[in-house]
Amino acid sequence: MPCKDSSGELTEMARKILAVMADGVPLNEVAEKTGLPLYRIRSAARELAEAGLAQQKNETYVATEAGRAAMATASGRA
Amino acid sequence: METTGQEKSTPGFPRLGQPAPAFEAQTTHGILRLEDFKGSWLILFSHPADFTPVCTTEFVAFAELAPELKKRGVELCGLSIDSTYSHIAWIRNIEQNFGVKIPFPVIADLNKEVATLYGMIMPGESKTEASRCVFVIDPNGILRAMIYYPLTTGRNMQEILRLIDALQTTDKHGVATPANWKPSEKVIVPPPTTAEGADERMKAGFETKDWYFSKKSL
Repeated sequence: MPCKDSSGELTEMARKILAVMADGVPLNEVAEKTGLPLYRIRSAARELAEAGLAQQKNETYVATEAGRAAMATASGRA
Repeated sequence: METTGQEKSTPGFPRLGQPAPAFEAQTTHGILRLEDFKGSWLILFSHPADFTPVCTTEFVAFAELAPELKKRGVELCGLSIDSTYSHIAWIRNIEQNFGVKIPFPVIADLNKEVATLYGMIMPGESKTEASRCVFVIDPNGILRAMIYYPLTTGRNMQEILRLIDALQTTDKHGVATPANWKPSEKVIVPPPTTAEGADERMKAGFETKDWYFSKKSL
């Protein structure tokens, strides 16, 4: 699941996942809240971290400043 | 140790009861690792090629089986030696022609890395396609069952579901399951391993034919 589209903006799914996990919500809860399978959440979290949009803290991920900025931009577009 | 030519040309097979080989692969759901499925049961299955008739019937059947598997905490992941673009086109084609949405990821294993790790390629059948393999991996990442079918024979979904039910019943109740067992039928009580245990087994209140052969209802 590439977290950014061809124009470099967050994809809809990435935005949805990042918004829920932003404050360190456990990934299994992110799966429940988004209705996506846990394997997709884990994969997306890894990609978001690799893109510098999220940071792993123990078993959870939190949005970085870049991640929050990307979410704000995506919200502005929506 | 000397090896024969046959051994050299045939990749190794994973072993039941051991950790399933780890992988990271491009799929129709992005890059996935085996560890992403930890905590769920996983059915990893291969098919020979996209846009082929038997495989299409199997994909439709796996998609139809998916809700029952979901109830049992089982995820599906397909694999073939095709590109992601081919997978995407085929999945869209299946939805268009058969009205069935494929809900599970499909690994694009163009370099045969995962297929080789899992021994999915049978050179006697085809050197460029994976055979119809099914690997059942438990929530701890242990390989619990393998089924291999030839290129010409589509798999039986009810047998795959029965296998999952049997494995989960074994884990939950510490029992075994007899031939042709189905949920709600009697299960096998593991035989005693001592002479004293054998004496006790005859009085234990199970449906016992002999000390080594006892069944019970769950």
